[in-house]
Amino acid sequence: MKRIIFSEIDGRSTGFRGLAAVLGGFFLIGLAAVLYVEHAGHYVTGGSNQVVWGLPDVFAMFLIVSASGVLNVAIISSVFRKTPYRPLERLSCLLAIAMLLGGLMILVLDLGRPDRVIVAMLNRNFKSVFAWNFYLYTGFIAVVVLYLWMQMERRMNRFILAAGLLAFAWRIALTTGSGSIYGVLVAREAYSAIMGPMFVAMSFSFGLAVYILVLLAACKGIDREIGAVLLRRLGRLLGIFIVAVLYFATVQHLVNLYAAEHSGVERFILLDGGIYTLLFWGGQVIIGGLVPLALIFISSRGGAPLSGRTVALASVMVIVGAFSQLYVLIIGGQVYPLPLFPGMEVSSSFYDGVINTYTPSLPELALGLGGVALAGLVVLFGMKLLRFMPATLANARTNT
Amino acid sequence: MSGKMKHTGIAAEFNPARRKFLGAIAGVASVTLAPGVILYGITRSGDARARKPGTAASPDVRWGLLIDVNHCDSGCDKCVSACVEENGLQGHGRPATDPQWIRKVKIHDPDTGLSQSLPVMCQHCAEPPCVDVCPTGASFKRADGIVLVDRHRCIGCRYCMMACPYKARSFVHEEIEDQKTYAPRGKGTVEACTLCIHRVDSDRLPACVEACNDAGGGAMLFGDLKDPNSEIARRVARYASQQIRGDLGLDPGVRYRNLST
Repeated sequence: MKRIIFSEIDGRSTGFRGLAAVLGGFFLIGLAAVLYVEHAGHYVTGGSNQVVWGLPDVFAMFLIVSASGVLNVAIISSVFRKTPYRPLERLSCLLAIAMLLGGLMILVLDLGRPDRVIVAMLNRNFKSVFAWNFYLYTGFIAVVVLYLWMQMERRMNRFILAAGLLAFAWRIALTTGSGSIYGVLVAREAYSAIMGPMFVAMSFSFGLAVYILVLLAACKGIDREIGAVLLRRLGRLLGIFIVAVLYFATVQHLVNLYAAEHSGVERFILLDGGIYTLLFWGGQVIIGGLVPLALIFISSRGGAPLSGRTVALASVMVIVGAFSQLYVLIIGGQVYPLPLFPGMEVSSSFYDGVINTYTPSLPELALGLGGVALAGLVVLFGMKLLRFMPATLANARTNT
Repeated sequence: MSGKMKHTGIAAEFNPARRKFLGAIAGVASVTLAPGVILYGITRSGDARARKPGTAASPDVRWGLLIDVNHCDSGCDKCVSACVEENGLQGHGRPATDPQWIRKVKIHDPDTGLSQSLPVMCQHCAEPPCVDVCPTGASFKRADGIVLVDRHRCIGCRYCMMACPYKARSFVHEEIEDQKTYAPRGKGTVEACTLCIHRVDSDRLPACVEACNDAGGGAMLFGDLKDPNSEIARRVARYASQQIRGDLGLDPGVRYRNLST
């Protein structure tokens, strides 16, 4: 096998500095938003006693789920021995760590008492899925750092397969754990046990979409070429993952529809839920599913190459679909009232029996974007400091 | 009726002399609860059911409530205002974010046309989902069945609010002033009905129950479900009662009589 040359990026260009400044700005605005919310209290957010998890959780889940998804690129190479992906391994690991850090930042800073994060470290309830996730998230970073070390230190290269297998098992556990945060809630009719495996499929799709965009942007920024073969492979793989997500979403709703007691919440999401119905059909299914699917497979029929633009467009649509899906799932699942008295018309001063409202606030958006910015900064400076980027991704090297 | 209920061992005010006296006469007594219904036995009315200072809550006790929906007036919210007053829950005029530990819920059966009104608060489940999901163990169940939040350990993740099927918990969205020393609260943490542990531990009725009795409603009965001689245990043994969403298997300590669901 030909040796792959990796190198740092220069990091002195106007583009690099400009991007770092923009990301740094968003990161600081996110921190300012946290200070504001913590000082004033969460009433200044769109959250309430009815909708307790809002837009920050949508961002956090997107980053965390995608973090394990971007790692797939490395795993495909080192565990499933697909050599075309070998030059992409390191960036895959860096992105995974960066996105998880961004997601964790949002989760922690959205707490009512982020200053008590030490309390969460010292007191653990092992029956809590949240507590499991604490280990899954921190362990994920440790496992990926180890995996990266095996890749970057030539003497340790022989352990890549073992480290890759560990990372693969860990990332499956992590996304199952993230989905199960919702799946274990007996109180919420919109959620079910399928959340665990569905989140695994979502991570494959969302993560690859993010990876493709970062790769295209990075290669464009530093004038490195991507071969048509690699692009076609990545694009068609994304198509398969899109199908997997659509499959799980179909099963999720069909099974829930079968139970008469859940027909109300299904009717809400699928038919008359206003913005949630629109986001489900328009965002999740059409923009995030059917259109990119058609775009990828129609464009690449008969061995035709996929252009970077096509793959990028499909990836952006997958990400729009991802946010739509998570928004419908997390917030749509809360705005639908809890069935305290099934079959009854219910009302109270505490919003029983009514569809709750949630309007995202600016501080919540700022916190979400702050987390994305942190992930971006980690990737940007990671690429500048260490040898993450392959010297070339042209066909000669990738088509082996 | 309210006065009679106070003689059942869940007295309104802690009074050692009175307790001793009641203990001495403990045996068999009868109380007329409603026309035609006679309940016998306040045999343990003088028991020292309150928790002595410095001692742990007893697993031999399970505090619970029995709420008779037929006696709950739809226009009355004395229990709610008593809770607000007792625990210092005055809001900021923002109903979506102001906390509510107890609320009156109106239900209407579209098939039969029957309308009812009832108070809903933390149901103090034997298998509380809020306790299961809490990452730090801040949500916990006391040995005597009261489900509480340790405000020093709560990090404000709100997972318990996602998990509670009764929407019983509130998140403190704003700064709190003039707190009651016996009911500490904190911005950024989650809270809910404590069954007025500060009262229960000194042998007094929860504020909502006392207010209901004082108003002459008599819809709420508080007591030890594990004590076969307590009035609440006798009543749930004699008359049909139900738990809200009993199908979930959480075994709430709050039961309802004459609820049409």
